[in-house]
Amino acid sequence: MARIIGVEIPGEKRVDIALRYIYGIGPVNSKVILEKAKIDPSIRAKDLSEQQLSQIVHAIQEGKYVIEGDLRRELGMNLKRLQGIKCYRGIRHLRSLPVRGQRTQTNARTRKGPRKTVGVQRNPNAKTGIH
Amino acid sequence: MGRSIKKGPFVETHLLEKITKLNATGSKKPIKTWSRRSMITPEFVGHTFNVHNGKVFNPVFVTENMVGHRLGEFSLTRTFKKHGAHTAKAEAK
Repeated sequence: MARIIGVEIPGEKRVDIALRYIYGIGPVNSKVILEKAKIDPSIRAKDLSEQQLSQIVHAIQEGKYVIEGDLRRELGMNLKRLQGIKCYRGIRHLRSLPVRGQRTQTNARTRKGPRKTVGVQRNPNAKTGIH
Repeated sequence: MGRSIKKGPFVETHLLEKITKLNATGSKKPIKTWSRRSMITPEFVGHTFNVHNGKVFNPVFVTENMVGHRLGEFSLTRTFKKHGAHTAKAEAK
């Protein structure tokens, strides 16, 4: 177990794979970072020395990657902006429907979640005749 | 493919004329428009547009955040259909 940038605890994997456990670092970025830190990507994360760890941390901070909390916050802000100005995309996000013009008569289950049958909800005022 | 930067944002010329006229006089009269495809530029901020959605004109008050979007994005063309009776209880959910 090694810790990189506070909370990240990648396991017994190759360093290039382990780095990808950091939110915001994928296959390409992890390769670039290791190249910059001059570390062999095939060694295991637990075998990293203190010095190598600090090299990686340095490479990440040097590279100006937006990772973890900052990235999550940025994404959240983007969403909030779209929803705040009430544009089409924002409204689709609010209703958790597909945003990019996909069909919704069928499919779209990723956005809509599991199928749910909606029964008839009678208007309680209907009986009394007031609508 | 995105639009070439050289050309700048697309705004219908008649709309742009109206805006520059309004900005010159400083009036904030709502502008009725069918031009949903016009990009919102910084000059638009603070104005109200009545944007056609194919049936009616929806009022859109332009704020700073909206710059870069198009007018049509704020005037929906479809009605959102929900199931069930729309009681206050159901709406609250």
